[in-house]
Amino acid sequence: MVGPVLVKLNGALGIPMKVIEITCLEVWREISNYLDGEVDAELRSRMEAHFKTCAHCKAVLDGTRNVVKLVGDGIEYQVPEGFSKRLYDKIKNK
Amino acid sequence: MSTPKLKLDISEAELIQRVCQGDKGAFYGLVQPCERSVFTAAMSILNNAHDAEEVAQEAVLKAFTALPRFRGESKFSTWLIQITINEARLKLRKDRKHLYESIDEQQSDEEGEYFPKDFADWREIPSEQLQRTELRSALKRALDSLPPKYREVLILRDVQHLSIQETAQVLGITEGSVKTRLLRARLQMRDALTPGVDGSWSSGKQEFEKVRPW
Repeated sequence: MVGPVLVKLNGALGIPMKVIEITCLEVWREISNYLDGEVDAELRSRMEAHFKTCAHCKAVLDGTRNVVKLVGDGIEYQVPEGFSKRLYDKIKNK
Repeated sequence: MSTPKLKLDISEAELIQRVCQGDKGAFYGLVQPCERSVFTAAMSILNNAHDAEEVAQEAVLKAFTALPRFRGESKFSTWLIQITINEARLKLRKDRKHLYESIDEQQSDEEGEYFPKDFADWREIPSEQLQRTELRSALKRALDSLPPKYREVLILRDVQHLSIQETAQVLGITEGSVKTRLLRARLQMRDALTPGVDGSWSSGKQEFEKVRPW
């Protein structure tokens, strides 16, 4: 686990916002939501600050992002040869 | 009284109307753009191409019969995927009752905390690496090793790119469960793949280690 992280950044209203520490455990819990843009701005800032200081969590983030990229092309789930034709025939004969 | 917002686009609505008037060809026009999604959805449950094709065909024929009852409250493709998922689950229960996890287990998300197995650095994958047979077969093995309830969500979200809301709808689970299962699926995939390519990482080592060949 990393120690306290305190980063100042501009909030949405231009007001300096403090980013307080977040544990590795909390980061792992939210890492998938983070990749999907499903975390709020405050949590995102806390996680980003954490990734800058924690190589372990950054490695988990990069690896998880790679998984999303790898499965995303769907090569493992190509339809079998002749699938469309057989499906069309089924509909035609219904 | 307000009517539900229809999500059909014009051509889809027209095709549906033509099918309901007896035009079978129009039905194929409706199905063709989503035939890969239907097959993949069946694969996500059955993990067997032969069974998935059989279920995809059954689901499409069922959709044909049920089309007059389709209200357009979701996209046609989402509705068809939902039918496919249901058909695939029925087939799985029928064929492999003794191997399939219980319905109770499907519904629960017995999620403890997740701890990564290692912290090996896995750098961005260069595009030329993506087609490597070794990498693709490692990926297939990792997908096969996922518990079905995680694989379903991973495929619907990351292969088919359904939204969280659509994924929840077709699987009949909450959006919270989709997120939880997706987290598990992605992290387990990472765990499975991280040591896979060169096998040189060691969980016993404390230091941060770069093991990837890229």
